[in-house]
Amino acid sequence: MTDTLSDTGHSLPPAAGSQRSTRRRRQRVERGILFGVILTGAVVIMIPLAWMIATSLKQPGAVYLYPPVWLPNPPQWGNYIEVLTVANFGRYFANSALVSGFTVLGSVLSCAMAGYSFSRLRSPGRNLIFLILLSTLMLPSTVTIVPTFVVFQRLDWLNTFYPLIVPSFFGNAFYIFLLRQFFMTIPLDLEDAGRIDGASSRQIFARIMLPLATPALMTVAIFSFIGAWNDFFYPLIYLNSEDMYTVALGVANFQGSTRVGPQMQLLMAASFMATVPVLIIFFLAQRFFIRGIVFTGIKG
Amino acid sequence: MPLTNYGSRTRTMRSNTHSSHPRPYLSMRMREALDGYLFMAPAVLGFVLFTLLPMLASFGLGFTEYDLLSAPSWIGLGNYAEMIADPFFWQSLRVTAIYAVFGLPLGLVLALGVAMLMNQPVPGITLWRTIYVLPSVISGVAVAMLWRWLLNPEFGLFNLLLGFIGIKGPNWLGSVEWALPSLIIMGLWGIGGSMLVYLAGLQGIPTDLYEAVEIDGGAAWTKFRHVTLPMLSPVILFNLVVGLIGAFQYFTEAYVLTRGGPENATLFYTLYLYRNAFNYFKMGYASALAWALFLLVLLLTLAVFRTTPMWVHYEGERGRRT
Repeated sequence: MTDTLSDTGHSLPPAAGSQRSTRRRRQRVERGILFGVILTGAVVIMIPLAWMIATSLKQPGAVYLYPPVWLPNPPQWGNYIEVLTVANFGRYFANSALVSGFTVLGSVLSCAMAGYSFSRLRSPGRNLIFLILLSTLMLPSTVTIVPTFVVFQRLDWLNTFYPLIVPSFFGNAFYIFLLRQFFMTIPLDLEDAGRIDGASSRQIFARIMLPLATPALMTVAIFSFIGAWNDFFYPLIYLNSEDMYTVALGVANFQGSTRVGPQMQLLMAASFMATVPVLIIFFLAQRFFIRGIVFTGIKG
Repeated sequence: MPLTNYGSRTRTMRSNTHSSHPRPYLSMRMREALDGYLFMAPAVLGFVLFTLLPMLASFGLGFTEYDLLSAPSWIGLGNYAEMIADPFFWQSLRVTAIYAVFGLPLGLVLALGVAMLMNQPVPGITLWRTIYVLPSVISGVAVAMLWRWLLNPEFGLFNLLLGFIGIKGPNWLGSVEWALPSLIIMGLWGIGGSMLVYLAGLQGIPTDLYEAVEIDGGAAWTKFRHVTLPMLSPVILFNLVVGLIGAFQYFTEAYVLTRGGPENATLFYTLYLYRNAFNYFKMGYASALAWALFLLVLLLTLAVFRTTPMWVHYEGERGRRT
């Protein structure tokens, strides 16, 4: 925005004329209103999270107090310990970490390979193949659920992590698209130099392309981690014994637990803990996260 | 975004290296092609194994009765006839349509508004963007649990605040009228993702277009109407189509919070499909439902694309690429 540049410069000569200064004053008022709106929105957005954390630190009796308490005194950190031990959330976290970790590995590997192939290796028909893969983005995954379930059942994979992990080693249209676009921005000279030196496609991929694509690979890693961590539907249909639950399943079943009962402070502690890994990754890797979304926007 | 973006320079360059390759029995060109197939093999195999074959299989299963225990038995169009007579099928379509017709546009407009705010040069904009995106990255289930508590009729924050200004809040998720609106409101909290997509689009609009409007004496509304909206229309289309598919796949929140109730007021399509498949083990009927969903989404998407010449503006069509 260009009209804002003048707004930050406070050294405008007084001779600029009264009309100009009225305009500047109006602009400043507008900016003030704008800032107010943004601030209010941010507060409204953060209130539910604050409410979740506040509730998670309350004593059982304080949860339903009126007026509500925002800063529980003393904060009940023990709620978190109770959730981890009594409700077996430690186990759920380990399961989720395992599933998400392998999903990230599989997605990054398979999608980087395909992305490289579709951007740089000229095989006959590759653009058609790429378009077909891309069209699956428009496909509701619901369509494939029943036969996939039947096959995994036949393989005796129900109540194992295989149905959640194995498909990620076979690519994902969105990540392939994202990586392909990124590989295309890497100068060809680097690759050609490697080829002249007699490097194979595999060597060029591993030694030249992958290191250069680190930012895009990070984006894919983050997206697939968050996706796997938050996933509810597939764990729901494939996992059925409690010791195999992921965090999402654990939280969903928490209220129904006979051992714990509907204790809101514990439920909120569990819910908040479930979001913590994602929050940490989001804050640490925001740059990559936002870049990834920007990629989707461009294609329109 | 062009799909064939390699320049002609590549081709000449590569054919030069062609003759100098040390392995004579396979031409460089052929080796490259083979490597290409090798590298795309996992993805192509994945497409065949996890998309194409299951799709065909579910099409076939849609004409059978199948409970996982005994072999599928052919019943022709029986499942589709059952669907037409099934009030729950129509209810699930109705719920999904209401969500798509009210929730989706509301989200699209709000996300655009927020994106325009986030595109302003306000102090600390990175922090504000982080805050606005935050809810969209956290888990469906954890968010659902949080909202169950926020919307608790007696002690939830919503009704406490409403009570504060003298309104007796509704029984949100527990009432037939408010359950679906509750889910729509909840969805608005997580618009950060589509907001970011808009933001990326906004930042791609060349500033000289706005300057041109300013020179012509155009006001803020003119800028929005004649620059922002047309330039952003491909992104709006993208968000619309993604949102449409999302509405038909809406599951987690409805499953966790209301189980489709009360009185099927939140019986989303995918939830009903899930029930048939995994509660009633009517795998054949669920497959038919899945295919009906697929065809419906396909038709809707095509319908949306049919309207695009009227409102979507592609910069490339005027000989200019951004």
